[in-house]
Amino acid sequence: MSTPSTTQKTASPKDAGPGARSGAVRTGTDASRGRPPGALRVGLSRGWVEIRTFSREWEGVLFTFMLPAVILVLFATVMGGMFDMEMSAVDYFLPGLMAMGLMSVSFQTLGVAIAAEREYGGLRRLRGTPMAPSSYFIGKTILVLFLALGQVVLLLGVARLFFDAALPTGVTAWATVAWVFVLGTVACSLLGIAISSLARTAAAASAVVTFPFLVLQFISGIFVPTVALPDWVLNAAGLFPLLWMAQGMRAGFFPEEMAQLEPSGAWDLHLVALALGTWCVVGLVLTLLTFRWKTRKDG
Amino acid sequence: MSESVIEVSDLRKKYGDVEAVAGIDLSIERGEIFSFLGPNGAGKSTAVEILEGFRHRDGGTARVLGEDPGRAGRAWRSRVGVVWQKETMVPKMPVRDVVRHFAGYYPLSHDPDEVIERVGLTAKAKELAESLSGGQRRRLDVALGIVGQPELLFLDEPTTGFDPRARREFWGLIRDLADGGTTIVLTTHYLEEAEELADRVCVIARGRIRAVDTPAALDGRASAEATVGWLEDGRRREVRTAEPTRVVAELTGRFVGEIPELSVHRPTLEEIYLGMINDSDRTAEVGDGGAQEAAA
Repeated sequence: MSTPSTTQKTASPKDAGPGARSGAVRTGTDASRGRPPGALRVGLSRGWVEIRTFSREWEGVLFTFMLPAVILVLFATVMGGMFDMEMSAVDYFLPGLMAMGLMSVSFQTLGVAIAAEREYGGLRRLRGTPMAPSSYFIGKTILVLFLALGQVVLLLGVARLFFDAALPTGVTAWATVAWVFVLGTVACSLLGIAISSLARTAAAASAVVTFPFLVLQFISGIFVPTVALPDWVLNAAGLFPLLWMAQGMRAGFFPEEMAQLEPSGAWDLHLVALALGTWCVVGLVLTLLTFRWKTRKDG
Repeated sequence: MSESVIEVSDLRKKYGDVEAVAGIDLSIERGEIFSFLGPNGAGKSTAVEILEGFRHRDGGTARVLGEDPGRAGRAWRSRVGVVWQKETMVPKMPVRDVVRHFAGYYPLSHDPDEVIERVGLTAKAKELAESLSGGQRRRLDVALGIVGQPELLFLDEPTTGFDPRARREFWGLIRDLADGGTTIVLTTHYLEEAEELADRVCVIARGRIRAVDTPAALDGRASAEATVGWLEDGRRREVRTAEPTRVVAELTGRFVGEIPELSVHRPTLEEIYLGMINDSDRTAEVGDGGAQEAAA
């Protein structure tokens, strides 16, 4: 049956083996196929694709990547003259906006993007390939790492170049910034992946993700100093990671005596580590319990 | 020496109280183009998704490429290609880069440029996948479905939104793939597409297989009565007959020269199919009534 046509069809299924049809294109057999490419190699390739595609989404670039720097410029410019926190506005807001920026590129980016990938079948398509599931998460890790480092460079660069901000001094201060960066970003990434499953549609996802994030920004001492917040608000904010990320960042950036403006009068780095570490574990459990490659209606 | 690529027996799947797939038995051979036909909600998508390993079954056995699709791993996935019905997101990259990236998922893959050429997207290779028209997007879906050199390719309504010429070209591609030994499972609403491509068609209604046969012989089509029509005394006449040749011969004797507006019509696949679906609806109503009586 080398030239199949409607007239040549027979009533019984073809008794043809793999070689019976002649054609230009051969199909690989199982034996010649070998093993699927390694998870890490595919994961790195996915990371590159993630970065390329993110950079093409101007809404994402604007709202999740540029916004903290824009706010820093606004605050440093507008509030420069009317600030009485014994430090310049840019110095005061920089660590909080670092925390916000890290949560933005992890929690917000992943929460919105994964919900869209799920609804529009991007995840389903991947699941139809021999890609190892871990490759997908390696790709997301690379994306978030890239964006988070970019966020730090952008904020510190703007603060330093345009407003002559004070950067952390000493190895201990930088080490604090580093571990808060890692723990906070990991926790927020996992929570972002988990919350993507909460949204029923991609359109709903941006609300489901942005709303709590925006509320947290106001109650976690990013825009409004923690000293100005009522106790119950602080207690509520303390249940979530952003407050602790901001506090950890302040510990790294601020001079020691500023600790007295913290709610307990100290940096409480052990509590920062405990809270963020706990959120990493909770985020991981939630992700493992909720992650789906399909939407609910796909069954 | 026949070799089954898909072996299914008593396949079942329920959604709540509704039996979407109510006991299906099937065997699909290597290199065959096998087409599922059936109304929306007939259970064909569910059945195909079970075979693709995207949905769990409630009962029965299924072997696809020698493995249970519900448990098959990455090696199995590398032998199966899927083109979904729904618009499926692709990364925001040029067509060529998207195909190249997906080729990297497979242990064995076609040259990306060759695949792009075969689906007719060479002129669009450098453009963003997003900028493609509906039919072009569909062809990109097909490119991504075949780039891993699948032994088995699932196509779910692949030519929706194609213009007639693009559809013809696509049919040629599918035939080429089958000629190369790829087994193709095609779900379609276009009866002429099934007729053109399929070695066998399978009509599913209400979760059950109504018939499996070649398009030419489905439900007694080959021996079904033909309709001979002509114009006589200003009126259109029609005769249904098992012997159209004899009727035409008789008419030849009655008229001098041409028989006015002579037509001999054999049932199309569509007519046969619609007849089967209507029958199945009728018997299902009777059957349901019986079941209710039995339950009461």
